[in-house]
Amino acid sequence: MKNQNLTYREALKIAIGEAMRNDERVFLMGEDVGNYGGCYAVSKGLSEEFGADRIIDTPLSESGFVGAGIGAAIGGMRPIIEVMTVNFSLLALDQIVNNAATLRHMSGNQIGVPLVIRMATGAGKQLAAQHSHSLENWYAHVPGIKVLAPATVADARYMLSMALKDPDPVILFEHVMLYNDSAVTPKPEDCPDMHQACVRKSGNDISLITYGGSLSKTLQAASDLEEQGISAEVVDLRCLRPLDTQTLFKSVNKTHRVIVVDEGWRTGSLASEICALVAEHCFWSLDAPPSRICSKEVPIPYPQHLERAATPQVAQVVVAALTLLNRDVT
Amino acid sequence: MNINDSKVHMDIAHLQFLFKQMLRIRRFEEKCAELYTQEKIRGFLHLYIGEEAVAVGVMQALKAEDAVFATYREHGHALARGLSMDKVMAEMFGKVTGSSRGRGGSMHIFDVEKRFYGGNAIVAGALPLAVGLALANKMQKKNDVVVCFFGEGAVAEGEFHESLNLAQLWQLPILFVCENNGYAMGTALAISESEQHIFRKAQSYGLKSHAVDGMNVVEVESAATQYCQRIRKGDGPCLLECNTYRFRGHSMFDTQLYRESDEVEAWKRKGPIMKLQRWLEANGKLSSAELKQIEDQVAEEINQSIAFAERSEIEDISDLYLGVYGESAS
Amino acid sequence: MKILTMPSFGADMAVGTIVKWNVKPGDPVSRGDIIASIETMKGLIDMEVFDDGIIVTLLAAEGDELEIGRPIAELQLKNEEDSNNSSVQIVESDDADSVDVGSNTVVNQEGASNLPDSQNDVAKASRVLTDVEVKSVGSLNTQRPKISPAARSKAEQLGIDWRKLSEGTGPDGALLLDDINISDRESAEPSLDRVKDSKDMMRDAIAANVSRSNREIPHYYLQLDMVLDNTLNWLSLHNADLPPSKRILSNAVIYSAIARALSEFPAFNGFYRDDHYQPSDSVHLGNAISLRQGGLMVVAIHNAQRLGLAELMEKIKDQVNRARNGGLRMSEMQDATVTVSNLGDRGSDTIQSIIFPPQVAIIGIGRPRTVPWVIDNKVTSATIVSMSLAADHRVSDGHSGARLLNKINTLLQTPERLV
Repeated sequence: MKNQNLTYREALKIAIGEAMRNDERVFLMGEDVGNYGGCYAVSKGLSEEFGADRIIDTPLSESGFVGAGIGAAIGGMRPIIEVMTVNFSLLALDQIVNNAATLRHMSGNQIGVPLVIRMATGAGKQLAAQHSHSLENWYAHVPGIKVLAPATVADARYMLSMALKDPDPVILFEHVMLYNDSAVTPKPEDCPDMHQACVRKSGNDISLITYGGSLSKTLQAASDLEEQGISAEVVDLRCLRPLDTQTLFKSVNKTHRVIVVDEGWRTGSLASEICALVAEHCFWSLDAPPSRICSKEVPIPYPQHLERAATPQVAQVVVAALTLLNRDVT
Repeated sequence: MNINDSKVHMDIAHLQFLFKQMLRIRRFEEKCAELYTQEKIRGFLHLYIGEEAVAVGVMQALKAEDAVFATYREHGHALARGLSMDKVMAEMFGKVTGSSRGRGGSMHIFDVEKRFYGGNAIVAGALPLAVGLALANKMQKKNDVVVCFFGEGAVAEGEFHESLNLAQLWQLPILFVCENNGYAMGTALAISESEQHIFRKAQSYGLKSHAVDGMNVVEVESAATQYCQRIRKGDGPCLLECNTYRFRGHSMFDTQLYRESDEVEAWKRKGPIMKLQRWLEANGKLSSAELKQIEDQVAEEINQSIAFAERSEIEDISDLYLGVYGESAS
Repeated sequence: MKILTMPSFGADMAVGTIVKWNVKPGDPVSRGDIIASIETMKGLIDMEVFDDGIIVTLLAAEGDELEIGRPIAELQLKNEEDSNNSSVQIVESDDADSVDVGSNTVVNQEGASNLPDSQNDVAKASRVLTDVEVKSVGSLNTQRPKISPAARSKAEQLGIDWRKLSEGTGPDGALLLDDINISDRESAEPSLDRVKDSKDMMRDAIAANVSRSNREIPHYYLQLDMVLDNTLNWLSLHNADLPPSKRILSNAVIYSAIARALSEFPAFNGFYRDDHYQPSDSVHLGNAISLRQGGLMVVAIHNAQRLGLAELMEKIKDQVNRARNGGLRMSEMQDATVTVSNLGDRGSDTIQSIIFPPQVAIIGIGRPRTVPWVIDNKVTSATIVSMSLAADHRVSDGHSGARLLNKINTLLQTPERLV
């Protein structure tokens, strides 16, 4: 039983169920979370255990039910709002940015919004331009909310309960390519505090900074680099707002070189923010310019080869690393 | 049932009380206009002059445990709800003694103790919040009412429809109050809504709804009281449309090119304060000495609040980040 | 008397123009009366008076454009004591405004609805370039070599003038970390020649000393691996907002820890002469500085245990500079009561040193290295440094030597206290 594996999706489901069993204030609300079992099958079966009053199917009213989640949080509940994907969250942007993020501050610290919003994000399934966005950076831009990107099964299992304990709105981004990922059933100690970045692989020659769906590609790139004698350090950001700058700077100061791998479009990306921070705080340690691998400036295309060309890939990271290290690219 | 057969009996003392409440709001708003031209109050200022009967009338139906959501034209609602005039004035002056520590200003008056949740500047933005709070109340088996005030302009936003649908679908204990003053900023209702009777829209969603003369504080109070009784019994949400008029522009910086002065004059002659005053005077229930006394009391209270605001401090800049995030419970 | 000023109607409004006065001096006015029409960028807005009284003087004329807050009229208040409220009058009309908007609405229709021209132009002209390869602008300054910030920091630490170096191995000939070597001779500094002779002499003297030490002093050796992470992390934070010239290196922290520890262990800090040991009452820490052309100088940092980290850092940098370029003082060359030997980043993991008589101890610092480590029963990675102590067994024994090393280690775990 100890060595049994758990998928990312199952980990989330267990986390939700556990939270709801432990605290009657917690409930799940979103489109197709009940009868359908969840667009990504995360909440499958929960309706049977908790009933329609706590696993609430909503109409297609993103603004309405995200706003209602905020209102319910103000009213003493601990809602988990599931927005099917980040693509549809745009309809609720007003509620998130103008209400959830601001109510505490606008009211002079009288009102807190202890709300958790889960969203699927990212590309890779040939779902084309309107279903493939990575907009984590938009949300990470806004003071008043927190943004998490669980990239591992352990994080999927344990970050949710940390988010539920937070007194402020927390948005969890679940990359669509991660749901089927599988790992040995994690333990709580496998998941550091939600505000911390994690060095997934230690190295000396170059820091590869990434998050969410890009973690596995980055680890693969690090492995490929290892074969060429390059020791890359992979840092999984985990928390996109606030950024764990301490871990970031420590890594870059050590290795002197940094590449950020980010599935958002390059312009105004989270990667740009990280590069700016590195330039500001690690400048004198740098032996090469900070570098970014991001999605190309194009709406994500439908055909596989173009979708791949538009999004970050392992080979790009390897080439970029070799270039920064002044090595020949074979 | 003819709602005009007021089952809510009011005695003379209560009518005098209503009169004073409305006059208090009126004089407060007039004073704010003056202070605004002197740049003591900055940003935007939206005056409630002409609409006093709606806030005052509806508030009579509420208990302390009930919750109120309002718009950026909320000074009257705040005062009628019982917020201290000192705090409201100080808030508009941007002082730390204001209801939101000066952080919000005229459009963001909050007072959690009085269950007054703003002060929301996005048209229709508060409707989903109110729905959510009502949902929380229902989940916690409370029979408190949530009241959500908004103008008829909000009816054009999707959030209005989403919110009414959710409220009726889930049978939430919420009273929507639509203050139909005929103009959404500079846009007349006639050129923005295919169906101009707001109550009919609510009826189409299944809510109990009708329209009253928003200039008649007795009619407003009566209707609100009956609707609140319904809601407390668990008979579902209601929408009360109050036909009213604002005698001033949308905000201070409004040339009012969009309406004729004759129209304004005609409505002024039907104004809520004058209506009640004439009735009281005609019935010998308001002498000129009593009127002067009320005016003096109101003036005194307003002057005190200005003095309070003037001598209050502004918040320390070192507290800039206060209230962006809350303290973690852990 | 109340001065009426140009009113502000909104945050965007900076000025207003008086288009029409509705009153003249001597006119009585009631609260709410419209006394003027003001032209603003949005159009005409009525200006109301907020008090009962009599207009005394008009201070601005029709057609005048004034800034918000400028005086435009004088009003003699009806009730001077209470300038804020009305008199006994019964409220005749509900709202005192008797708005005369009608005649004014004809005038200015342009109002608020049009974009200023420049915005329209931008909207038309934009053909936003997407994902164009951003090309780096070539270096405009061809005079001095390009150098990475890391290489530059290293060069400065080592006292190498990188501007005199030739091309490096980086892109466009940029100098990288690997291009900066301690044995770099390409920056031929003339000052070295001047110092060379005296350095030779020094070398001979050291050689003699070292040989004698090996013969005469019964050495014992101890070593302790110390976890440096707390120090490194604290330095990261501390240095984050400092310019390079003010940053503190880990060496300074280590030296400070050593100096302060030594102040509690007199048996390791003093002189053994004529069969007699005299402990020193202050720690004059001898910094063993390697010279570029070979050779070693031990330069005393006086009273090192009393120096703050920033001071110590400055001292070290300054002495390294003077050691290499000449300018050391006699006292610095003679007064060290104990020596620290540090081979820097490229040194070895551990170092066993030889005591310089008449001192009775020497502390060697290996290079910081990241290794697997066990903390709280879990294997993790840590940056450690191996510190060795060679001491004179005539004066101290292994037990106290071990305590000294442990004390240094303890101090290194709380670097913030060394500031």
